[in-house]
Amino acid sequence: MAVKTILPFGPQHPVLPEPIQLRITLEDENIGQVLPALGYVHRGIEKAGENNDYPLNVFLVERICGICSATHGLAYCLAVERLLGIEPPPRANYLRVVWAELHRLHSHLLWWGLLADAFGFESLFMQIWRVREMVMDVLEKTAGNRVIISVNAIGGVRRDLSEEQISEMLHTLEECEKQLYALLPVMLNDYTVKKRTAGKGVLTSEQALRLGVVGPTLRASGVAQDLRMTGYAAYGELGFEPIVEQGGDCYARAVVRARECFQTIELVRRALQQLPDGDILTKPRGNPNGKAIVRVEAPRGELMYFVVGNGTKNLERMRVRTPTLANVPALLEMLPGAEFADIPVITLSIDPCISCTER
Amino acid sequence: MKLIDRARMKSPWVLHYNSGSCNGCDIEIFACMTPMYDLERFGIVNVGNPKHADVLLVTGPVTYRGARVLRNLYEQMPSPKAVVAVGTCACSGGVFRNCYNCIGGVDKVIPVDVYVPGCAAKPEAIIEGVLMAVERMSEHTPLKRGK
Ligand code: SF4
Repeated sequence: MAVKTILPFGPQHPVLPEPIQLRITLEDENIGQVLPALGYVHRGIEKAGENNDYPLNVFLVERICGICSATHGLAYCLAVERLLGIEPPPRANYLRVVWAELHRLHSHLLWWGLLADAFGFESLFMQIWRVREMVMDVLEKTAGNRVIISVNAIGGVRRDLSEEQISEMLHTLEECEKQLYALLPVMLNDYTVKKRTAGKGVLTSEQALRLGVVGPTLRASGVAQDLRMTGYAAYGELGFEPIVEQGGDCYARAVVRARECFQTIELVRRALQQLPDGDILTKPRGNPNGKAIVRVEAPRGELMYFVVGNGTKNLERMRVRTPTLANVPALLEMLPGAEFADIPVITLSIDPCISCTER
Repeated sequence: MKLIDRARMKSPWVLHYNSGSCNGCDIEIFACMTPMYDLERFGIVNVGNPKHADVLLVTGPVTYRGARVLRNLYEQMPSPKAVVAVGTCACSGGVFRNCYNCIGGVDKVIPVDVYVPGCAAKPEAIIEGVLMAVERMSEHTPLKRGK
C-alpha cells in the first residue's frame, strides 16, 4: 500500500535561492498534489512606485529582480517614453540591446550553473560560473556595477561606450564563447546531465499554449515565440531568429538556454559592429499622461509593463506581469507523477524568479 | 570545548536566508562560493541546516511574512552565532523603505553583528563581512576570554 506523506519544500531550502514553499503530497516516492504557498517576498513595489516621481522609479523597478534588472529598467523606460511621446536616439537603442543581452547571458549561465548544482554536478557548476565571472567583469567595467547596472534612463541610456571599451568587450566575449564551446560537450552530451534531465517534466506544445507558458520554457516545447521578434529597441535591425527545440522536457529547456547563450553573444557582437554615432539621451519633457503597455523579452520570458500617468510627476498606476507567474501553472502540471528526486530539477527548469513574481 | 571553539573559528559554516531581497545580493553570495572568489579557502562552507550553522547571511528588507521564518532560523542556530546583513536593503531598507510590506532592515527583527552595504554588495565585501563576523564571534567565546 502506498504511504502518503505531506512534505513542506521550502521556504528555506539549499537549492532554492528564494523563499517559496511547495506543499508536496507524496505517495511513496511519487508526487501527488503540489500546492504552492507564496508571499514571502512580496514587498509592495507597485504601490511604492506610485509615490515616487517617474524618473526615480527606474531605480525601483530595477530592483524588482536583480538577475534581469536591465530588462525591467528597459521595459519601464519604454513604457514611459511611449506616454511622453519621445524616441530615444538610435545609439541608445543599440546600447540598450547590448546591456540587455549581456544580462541575458549572465542569467542563462547562472541558471545552467544552478541546474548542474541541483543534480549534484558540482564541477560543471563551478566551470560555468567561472565563465560567468567574465561577463560580470565586462558589466562592471562598462556600467560600474556588477549586478544592478542601472544603464537605462527615460529617453535613452545613462552611459556611453568608448572605442576602447567596445574592443575590450568584443575581446572578452570571444574568450567567453571559446570557453563555453569547450564546456558544451559536457553540458549537452554528458551521461549524468542527460540521465537527470531527458524525459523529465515533459510539456507538450498544446499544453504549453493552453497554459500560456512563456520564454525558453515555451520555445523548448516547439513554439517559436519570442518578443524580440517584434523588434523593440534595436532588435528589428539585428536579424533576430528565435531558438526552438522540440523535446518539451528539462533537457530541451537546457538546450534552448545553452544555444541562446551563443545567440546572445552574436547579437551583442552585431549590435556593437553596427553601433551608430550620436547622442545617447533625449531629454524627457513634461509629465506622462495616458496609458501604455509594453512587452519585452526578459531572460525568463515575456515581461509586461502597464503604466498609467495622470499628468502629474507621479504615476497613477504601475502594473508588472512577470514571466514566472505565467510559468508556475506549467510547473504544477509537470510535477504530479514525477519522482521525488526530480523535484529540484523540474522546479529549476522553468527558471523560477520569485522576487519578480511577488514584487 | 576548546577544540570545538578553535575549529569553529577556522571553519565557520554559513547559512543564507533571503528575506525578500531582489536576488541581486543572493547571486553575489553564490558568486562568493565559485572559483573566482572561493569562500572555501577560508574554511567557510555553505550549509542548508540552521542547526549546523555559525553565521547567518541575511539579504533583503525583511517582509512581514519572512520575518517569522527569519526569527525561527536565528533561534535554531546554536550559540555562539553571528548575523551578517548583506546589502543596503538588509541594512536599512534601501529602496524598499517606503514599501508597505517591508519592516525595513534585518536589525529590526534579530540582532545584527556586521553590516555589508552595497546594492548589490560586492563579493569581496561579503567575504570581508563574514570574516569580520567570525572575528566578533571569537571575542565572545571562552577561548579568547580565557587569555
Ligand atoms: S541591496 Fe540592492 S541588490 Fe541587494 S538585495 Fe537589496 S535591492 Fe537587491
